[in-house]
Amino acid sequence: MKAPPPTYSKFRDVQAELAKSGAAIFRDADGVDSLVIRYPYSIEYIHSYAQDSPFFLALAEGRLRGSRCTKKRCAFVFATPRSHCMVCGAPTEWIDLPTTGRIHSWTTCHFGGEAFLKETPYNLALVEFEGADSVMLARLKDAVESELYVGMPVEARFDPNPKYSITDVWFVPRK
Amino acid sequence: MVTGGVTKFAKAHPAMDFRLMVKRAYDYALKGIPNLTPDRIDGTRISYFSDHFSRQLKAASMVQDYLGMNPKGSVRIEWGGATGGECFQAAYEAVASGRMDVCLAAGYETMSRVATWKGNEFIALASDTNFDFPLGGFYTGYYALMVVRHIYEYLRKTRFAHIADEREAQRLAIEEGTRIMSMVSVKNHRNALHNPYAQYPKRLTVQDVLNSEMISYPLTREQICTMSDGAAVAFLASESVAREFTDKPVLVKGVGCGTDTMRLADRPFGKVPLLPHEKPEDYAGLEYPGVHSFRAGRAAGIEAYRHAGITHPNRELDFIELHDAYSSSEIQTYEDLGLCRYGEGYSFVERGDPFLKGIDYGFPTPRAGAMPVNPSGGLIACGHPVGATGLMQGVFAFWQLQGTIRKHFGDGALQLKGAKRGAIHSHAGTGSSVTVTVLERGFR
Repeated sequence: MKAPPPTYSKFRDVQAELAKSGAAIFRDADGVDSLVIRYPYSIEYIHSYAQDSPFFLALAEGRLRGSRCTKKRCAFVFATPRSHCMVCGAPTEWIDLPTTGRIHSWTTCHFGGEAFLKETPYNLALVEFEGADSVMLARLKDAVESELYVGMPVEARFDPNPKYSITDVWFVPRK
Repeated sequence: MVTGGVTKFAKAHPAMDFRLMVKRAYDYALKGIPNLTPDRIDGTRISYFSDHFSRQLKAASMVQDYLGMNPKGSVRIEWGGATGGECFQAAYEAVASGRMDVCLAAGYETMSRVATWKGNEFIALASDTNFDFPLGGFYTGYYALMVVRHIYEYLRKTRFAHIADEREAQRLAIEEGTRIMSMVSVKNHRNALHNPYAQYPKRLTVQDVLNSEMISYPLTREQICTMSDGAAVAFLASESVAREFTDKPVLVKGVGCGTDTMRLADRPFGKVPLLPHEKPEDYAGLEYPGVHSFRAGRAAGIEAYRHAGITHPNRELDFIELHDAYSSSEIQTYEDLGLCRYGEGYSFVERGDPFLKGIDYGFPTPRAGAMPVNPSGGLIACGHPVGATGLMQGVFAFWQLQGTIRKHFGDGALQLKGAKRGAIHSHAGTGSSVTVTVLERGFR
């Protein structure tokens, strides 16, 4: 955007009025003026974890739960739980996952969505568990970029003051 | 397809809202086609990705209004990052089914209306909000996870197999992988120097790309597409009327679409769905797709190639405009679309296959011209106004096949001589949905 024109009206100080709310007039390279206003937008959602609820309640107790397909021939084990099997459609049952695993893949984020910028840099890892057919995405703490590698043994830590969010669990390098 | 138009993609177009952007692209498309009067348009398909960016719901109705298309039939199309590609195919279906003779596909996005990191948050809302979003709300992080594993599968286990120290081997493999990914970024930015519609044409070097700011390891800023404002339109017409509008129509020869799980963590570890030129033994022991490859892209390719009668994509396509939201995902996509085998994506770049002849990239590209990918500059250099992107690819591919790049770009450097058949590829959220469309010159 180019710098705004110095005045806009003979009768009022339009720019000064606009500036009170962070608004402004912008003149582009073709000399076209655009009036740009600002307004906030916030909303509180009433979000139900619904069928995923037992997973989040278990985190508060320091347990990591997955789910297993109840059909014997399938018995797919989901490290990120779902209440119906993605492979065969049968209902799943809750199981306890091991609290130790290995890094399947990882990254260090130096940016994030606006709400997460203050937490940067942070690590993300996909974690594999013995006996599970899929993996789980989580934060990885107490390790820096240069220490991380695929296959690294990790173990879960749980927030003693749970927020009832996926961030109640994270992983650290296994000693 | 009988005509198309694109606005210049930009960081912000404060003097144009989404309606005016679409109108500009629409007017450009109709310029010089006297027979394509509004009464000949039977209906529209209009695409934009997110209501969050403009906080205007049902915005497609306002585009319909602005273009004077009421009361013709219209549907809004949304399918994440693949929104534009889906819109193109929706318009194709409207015509191919016989429902319409002429259908307008129009797409746009105005992403400048929020701050960049808020925009990243909006995009990340296209990931599971129970399990994924609260960890960082960041798509670049997800793609970084995927490419770290891709490098592990295909560079660590091959070029660095001889190194016993696991950490050292992985470190070297990532260094090698990011160097090669940077060559893709250099390619797309330099191609775009000849494309006046591109947002970020740049004469970069591999070192520039590697030295740019680290966003999510190992992806640096220059390996990632940006937020954009922009619009694109494509007119599709039945074979019975197409020649009333142009003597250089382009035939939609094949369409394909594939999907995969929303959560990366749910991706299976199974077998590769094969293209006609591949054999099961090519991929013995490979767990697929895991998080390293896009099964949705493979599925879309299989369907589109079958529809188009293509059995060997690398030989039978003259170019591809593909969804390079990241330099890494361009390399992953070469493999999904069978331009090379899984695992050969990095060598494919090093050999020079996806580069253009006659353009200096600052390093040797021995096989340049073998399989040009993103001759336009792709998303990395052109920008990615989501709802417009897949249609932009359609328009650039259309001009390539018509042989009219010089006319529209004012520069013929990107015109591929004798291009008869090309493909466009549109990709959504971590590969959760992908479209592939094969386009063919429809005239002699």
